[in-house]
Amino acid sequence: MRTFPIGGIHPSDNKEWSKDKAIETLELPSEVYIPMIQHIGAPSTPIVKKGDKVLTGQLIGQSVGFVSANIHASVSGTVTSVDAYPNGQGQRRIMVVIKREGDEWVESIDRSTELKRECTLTSEQIIAKVKDAGIVGLGGAQFPTHVKLSVPNDQKAEVLIINGVECEPYLTSDYRNMIERAELILTGVEILMRAINVNRAVIGVENNKPDAIAHLRDIIAKNNYRGIEVMPLKVRYPQGGEKQLIAAVTGRQVPPPPALPISVGAVVCNISTAIAVYEAVQKNKPLIERVVTITGKELKSTHNYLARFGTPVHELFELAGIPEGDVKLLNGGPMMGRAIVDVSAPLIKGCSGLTVLSGKEAARGKELQCIKCAKCVEACPMGLEPYLLSKLAKLQKWDMAEAHNTADCIECGCCSYTCPSYLPLLDYIRIGKQTVMTNIRARAAAANKK
Amino acid sequence: MQTRLFASPSPHIHGGEKTQHIMGDVVLALVPALAVSTYVLGWRVLMITAISIASCVLFEYLIQRFLLKGRTTIGDLSAVVTGLLLAFNLPAGIPWWIVVIGALVAIGIGKMTFGGLGCNPFNPALTGRIFLLVAYPVQMTDWTTGVPDALSGSTFLANVKAGALSLGEVDYVALLSGHMNGSMGEIGALALLLGGVYLLWRRVISWHIPVAVLGTMMVFSLCVAIPDGGAMLWQMPLFHVLAGGAMLGAIFMATDYATSPMTHKGMIIYGVGIGLLTMIIRLWGAYPEGMSFAIFIMNAVTPLINKYCRPKRFGTKK
Repeated sequence: MRTFPIGGIHPSDNKEWSKDKAIETLELPSEVYIPMIQHIGAPSTPIVKKGDKVLTGQLIGQSVGFVSANIHASVSGTVTSVDAYPNGQGQRRIMVVIKREGDEWVESIDRSTELKRECTLTSEQIIAKVKDAGIVGLGGAQFPTHVKLSVPNDQKAEVLIINGVECEPYLTSDYRNMIERAELILTGVEILMRAINVNRAVIGVENNKPDAIAHLRDIIAKNNYRGIEVMPLKVRYPQGGEKQLIAAVTGRQVPPPPALPISVGAVVCNISTAIAVYEAVQKNKPLIERVVTITGKELKSTHNYLARFGTPVHELFELAGIPEGDVKLLNGGPMMGRAIVDVSAPLIKGCSGLTVLSGKEAARGKELQCIKCAKCVEACPMGLEPYLLSKLAKLQKWDMAEAHNTADCIECGCCSYTCPSYLPLLDYIRIGKQTVMTNIRARAAAANKK
Repeated sequence: MQTRLFASPSPHIHGGEKTQHIMGDVVLALVPALAVSTYVLGWRVLMITAISIASCVLFEYLIQRFLLKGRTTIGDLSAVVTGLLLAFNLPAGIPWWIVVIGALVAIGIGKMTFGGLGCNPFNPALTGRIFLLVAYPVQMTDWTTGVPDALSGSTFLANVKAGALSLGEVDYVALLSGHMNGSMGEIGALALLLGGVYLLWRRVISWHIPVAVLGTMMVFSLCVAIPDGGAMLWQMPLFHVLAGGAMLGAIFMATDYATSPMTHKGMIIYGVGIGLLTMIIRLWGAYPEGMSFAIFIMNAVTPLINKYCRPKRFGTKK
């Protein structure tokens, strides 16, 4: 069975806590906070103001430039404020606050549940619809999908890879989608194949989800989805990393940055993104909701909710019953998720799950000295030397960190996870990476000026 | 009680492996060899080992507590491993006070001078052993506490080198089982191999260094044996990997994390270097055994190896 070539770890997946919970529709919140930045790229411009009436699915944030994404109202009601509010990490971001009044949708959106499979649109038309709908990568990176689908003229896509790996421990939203909404995924994949003009798509799913693999294969055979293959992958974190998944599926390695996946002929989209694409193209429905897992060992109940963006996360936490004492709330899973410090913050596009860890589970061990065991080197899926990069960042040797390819780091956390001395390797590497990236951009800008 | 939120960057979980566990595994892997040694050489083995471990731990504690006035790290068990390995490099009949001096050199000079665990350029136990070998050559090569019916007072390696014993007369069963003279931990190749297999299974070490060291020694001795004719073709390689400190060195001393390279490619180069140097010293040097010097020299080369043997960067050819 295939997997990616170097590094990786095997954390216990803890999926059993929420994997059998069917998708429930979350009750609509009385108020939503919709950030104007829920994507990589330029923040969108709010086009509504206080007192405006909006409908569900109405455009409220206009994308700025190519790498950016539209933002839509997730409920209908009155805009009560357009101002800066804290996001999950406590950073203040421009948000549109809507007080909900009923749930009236924009008329052009087709809300019927029947599957609409036939698509005769051209590539350009599909991409335009995806862009209008504000779709971004729902696996967590939030990269605008229309940018990915716009293959440059001098390059050619050969294969569409659909990421159904969900290698993050705990999270089960992609899994539930594969089990419950397979037809939507597969129709979305057909549309994506049309958009990038390929006749082969591979859905990569880790082998710890055999029922999802079997179900997808079953639907493919029954409903005659052509050119779509489900590939079981050996369980190994971080297989869901874009470069790792491409290597696992095709055997080809994307060259170091700034090369993109398309340089090896691959375009990668998440399972949940495929559903969003289906809904946008066939039903005119913009991206206003998603399936989100709320899970953790100590919760009173775990769920997979279909929730509207902008819902304050404390509403979800209250439904699940947060335990007392020290807890860590994560936007995402325990390996790459970000700690939430403000529970009034809204649910955003890239949030595939909210994980709750007890103080004990998330405790950091006492830092000892590096014993040069090389376990971080062995675990690094990018072929880097985490012990060295961490030290160079600590010493602020930015040039040396750059020479040792710190910009390649995908921040998967395998190094910190394996370190027997409990060194916060990734904390330092991240600082080094950010500084080096800033330096690289500054040099490029200076070169452009000349 | 209230719910309190706390935050830190990802990752938020840890694999659970600790330095302490790794050191504990090494100690456990050395137990079979200690048992063989005690059985063959007598109870004095346990006493010397206990003295060595106790002195190493005590010196580490005293230096950290009173000289450096910092946190003590004896809980990570690395001093226990150093003590155990130092004892394994000594003859069973050695006076107790020499062991204490060896421990002081190993921990004080070999380890703490450079900043403690992970910072030492040379294997601390080897530093202690080499110091003692130079300072107390007589006591360090006195094997009289050894096996009663073996060739008196000398190791197989020394006897073969001196021409007192031909390779054809060597008792290979004794080499494997440990019924021979030698340092406390180097006899009993089978017991050491068992420990090595345990360390491999626990992923404490990888196969690269031991295989490179022992493989190089076998290939090298085979090449040397070829001109001498067919009779020694199989004895020579077998003898050299089983006799002396080859097994102990290849599996336990050369694989010391701090002093060995970080990448697999580097480990192979390092292992081949140790194998070559050991054979050169054994065959043409002044000492019958060259393992400790070979490891020591290659320890010094490790930073250079690390500089040139980097891991393969994802997405590149080489």
